[in-house]
Amino acid sequence: MDESTILEMKDIKKSFDNLDVLKGISLSVKRGEVIAVIGPSGSGKSTLLRCATLLEKIDSGSLLYMGYTAAYTGEDGEAVYASKQELKKIRGYFGLVFQNFNLFPHYTVMKNITDAPISVRKRGKKETYAKARELLCKMGLEDKENYYPYQLSGGQQQRVSIVRALAMEPQILFFDEPTSALDPELTGEVLKVIRKLAEEHMTMVIVTHEMEFARAVADRVIFMDGGVIVEQGEPEQVFGNPNEERTKQFLSRYSER
Amino acid sequence: MDISSIFLRLSEGMMRSVLIFTLTLVFSLPLGLVVSFGRMSKWAPFAGLENAECRLRSKGNKLAKLAEKLCLLFTRGLAKFKPVQLIVKIYISIMRGTPLMLQLMVVYFGPYYIFGMEISSDYRFYAVIIAFSINYAAYFAEIYRGGIESIPVGQYEAAEVLGYGKGQTFFKIILPQVIKRILPSVTNEVITLVKDTSLAFVISYAEMFTAAKQIAAKESSTLPFVGAAVFYYVFNLLVAVIMEKAEKSVSYYQ
Ligand SMILES: Nc1ncnc2c1ncn2[C@@H]1O[C@H](COP(=O)(O)OP(=O)(O)OP(=O)(O)O)[C@@H](O)[C@H]1O
Ligand SMILES: [Mg+2]
Repeated sequence: MDESTILEMKDIKKSFDNLDVLKGISLSVKRGEVIAVIGPSGSGKSTLLRCATLLEKIDSGSLLYMGYTAAYTGEDGEAVYASKQELKKIRGYFGLVFQNFNLFPHYTVMKNITDAPISVRKRGKKETYAKARELLCKMGLEDKENYYPYQLSGGQQQRVSIVRALAMEPQILFFDEPTSALDPELTGEVLKVIRKLAEEHMTMVIVTHEMEFARAVADRVIFMDGGVIVEQGEPEQVFGNPNEERTKQFLSRYSER
Repeated sequence: MDISSIFLRLSEGMMRSVLIFTLTLVFSLPLGLVVSFGRMSKWAPFAGLENAECRLRSKGNKLAKLAEKLCLLFTRGLAKFKPVQLIVKIYISIMRGTPLMLQLMVVYFGPYYIFGMEISSDYRFYAVIIAFSINYAAYFAEIYRGGIESIPVGQYEAAEVLGYGKGQTFFKIILPQVIKRILPSVTNEVITLVKDTSLAFVISYAEMFTAAKQIAAKESSTLPFVGAAVFYYVFNLLVAVIMEKAEKSVSYYQ
């Protein structure tokens, strides 16, 4: 494995009850890469992110961050996960931005951002606060640090949740439809900050239905359908000249809307 | 006999009522949390049997088929069997389904009538506290459970991804939100508890109401009951004020 590889997923399989949701997904992400994942509803995009972020256990396959194994397929063919401590370390490598933000309502913006770095990662208070202020500033939220989430608009809440994830200093950041819970007029401000992160070469995997946005920011676009990666490539190729019939169908259905 | 002398004579009973009230809360509030965890326990020691196969050697036989069916029914049932949850469910349904007065009697007389144990005179007080605590713990447990289950799963997931441990997640992220949500229901229970303390009279524990009855009989006057009513009312007024303060203190967020 290459030194610049941050995430390495190999032949990930996952089923719920008798429904095979991921049917062998392999994906490796290099430092600085921005990947957009698109695909129809139910194709397993969220499940893929949830498996990658250890919210869901894979059935088989392997999952490595920075060369450290989080899970691999054991001799009996079932996934074996690393020890609790090892997983805690690995959790420090990634962050996840949820569709509906999941900010902690009883914490101020500042506490939402700084509590985990301080109490989980045992970072210094001063540096954590300074870092949080810097990030808030970057997201245009410098005057909101003492607000509670309910006092913010959806777009602002989502930007706070992005700051919360960034404050952990992850190597890679996952987004699961970061704008689909937002009113159309608020999606722009969130896409803008993600684009900013892309320009700074933050490593990101973004599940999105915003095709124009995907085309503009991604280095690589992955089209998923039915639990497999049907096609992937540079955005110009996937959007402009897709190889697979299913990709064409999906994209044309999209442009009709 | 005037009302102030009544209050003086009732004061010892009042102290006892307040003591029952306080100790019951001290024990039942945390106990309720433990009970609610038991109620939500998903521990199923035989879950492995879910896909167990039931095959008899002699096939084709009707009796063998019936046996296989029964075996399947049995193993599937056993796989779903959650002992802790079941025991706690039964406990809660008994606590909520029978009068507290009766429970007091069982706790007080039970050890003697059922087990033939000698009961000391101190036990009367302990019986009151035990009966009240386990009864209120059942009610609080259901309130806690409602509160805990109402917290969106996204809160747990956000905490997990940020690296919070199970304990940290519960005490820092979940519990504060649960407390805010359940305070109104807890207030209801606490107000009921103030009035319920009077039930201790059934095992002749001399709390306020018992004292009021005795004085009323001795002096053939209804004034002690008026005193009792005033006492419960003022007590509850105080409870309401305190709980309102508590609710205000968590109203800084939504
Ligand atoms: N916890 C679960 N239990 C059972 N089935 C699930 C669970 N989570 C997801 N599924 C199923 O897995 C399939 C893939 O779901 P997933 O959420 O990954 O799709 P998606 O690509 O993110 O879709 P969308 O674009 O609608 O978000 C769906 O059929 C869904 O019903
Ligand atoms: Mg999804």
